[in-house]
Amino acid sequence: MNALPLILTVFVACAVEAVEALTIVLAAGITREWRSTFQGMGAALVVLAVITAAIGPAVSHLPLTPLRLVVGALLAIFGLQWLRKAVLRATGYKTLHDEASAYLREVTAAKEAAAESRRGVNDWYAFTLSFKGVLLEGLEVVFIVITFGANQKDIGAAVIGAVAAIVVITITGIAVRAPLTKVPENWMKFAVGVMLTSFGTFWGAEGAGVDWPGNDGALLVLVPAVALFAAACIFWLRARKTAAAAPAKETETVGS
Amino acid sequence: MKHIKAFGAFWCDFVVGDDWHVAALVVIGLGLTAALTHAAKVNAWWLLPIVVFAALAWSLHRATAHRK
Repeated sequence: MNALPLILTVFVACAVEAVEALTIVLAAGITREWRSTFQGMGAALVVLAVITAAIGPAVSHLPLTPLRLVVGALLAIFGLQWLRKAVLRATGYKTLHDEASAYLREVTAAKEAAAESRRGVNDWYAFTLSFKGVLLEGLEVVFIVITFGANQKDIGAAVIGAVAAIVVITITGIAVRAPLTKVPENWMKFAVGVMLTSFGTFWGAEGAGVDWPGNDGALLVLVPAVALFAAACIFWLRARKTAAAAPAKETETVGS
Repeated sequence: MKHIKAFGAFWCDFVVGDDWHVAALVVIGLGLTAALTHAAKVNAWWLLPIVVFAALAWSLHRATAHRK
């Protein structure tokens, strides 16, 4: 398979996570102290690099069939989680992830926390806030890079996609010096959910022994099919919400 | 022991997420696909996509059924 879909999928997935990590880093750096914030970010990046370096090559050496079964299952489950959240947010059943309010929340908490110096770090709060934010968002990136890269036997291409996303978001963040509120996060999550679910289904079934009609070409049908089905779910939930709201309005009108 | 439990809970939440039924359905779907393919010699490529669609629809239905 061409490396481009792999790079693009990893790029978009990592961009979403990088936007969320950037919000936390900005909140810590602007309200507390940049030096400790960068130390926390650096420590988290080192941990993530160690995890990738340790697990990536080990996973790459596993036999392809069981690897595809396990990784396919994990990706499909992970992708369905993303799709589920994206559909619930698109239909108003779950509030949209708002970087501006997330930033304000972090800033308020950061302003209230006491300054404390520990283990050579000037501001322990800024360090841990930045460390946790980058580590937690980064773990999802590592998961996607390893699973996609190992399945395609091309961890290098997956790493290129991830690094490109992190560089683009970091440069944009430095230029804007504010949380990236205009990034259409939910639709990016929807797109990544579609890709993860489709690839997970494809590889999982292959690992279970299936021969897909058209081999890799089946993905050209599977990806749009998953996207269409998820889009149909959005219409279904919106219609259901409207139908649920209609009797309530009627009652109000009759009552008044 | 507390830390091991917390570590396990974190990874479980990380992979399985908000609705464990989705994960269970995917695993069952893969098991059925493997059984059909190996035991019954049926090339059941169609089964997992059906299970995945059903899992998403069912999970969304459960999450929204009693909410406006």
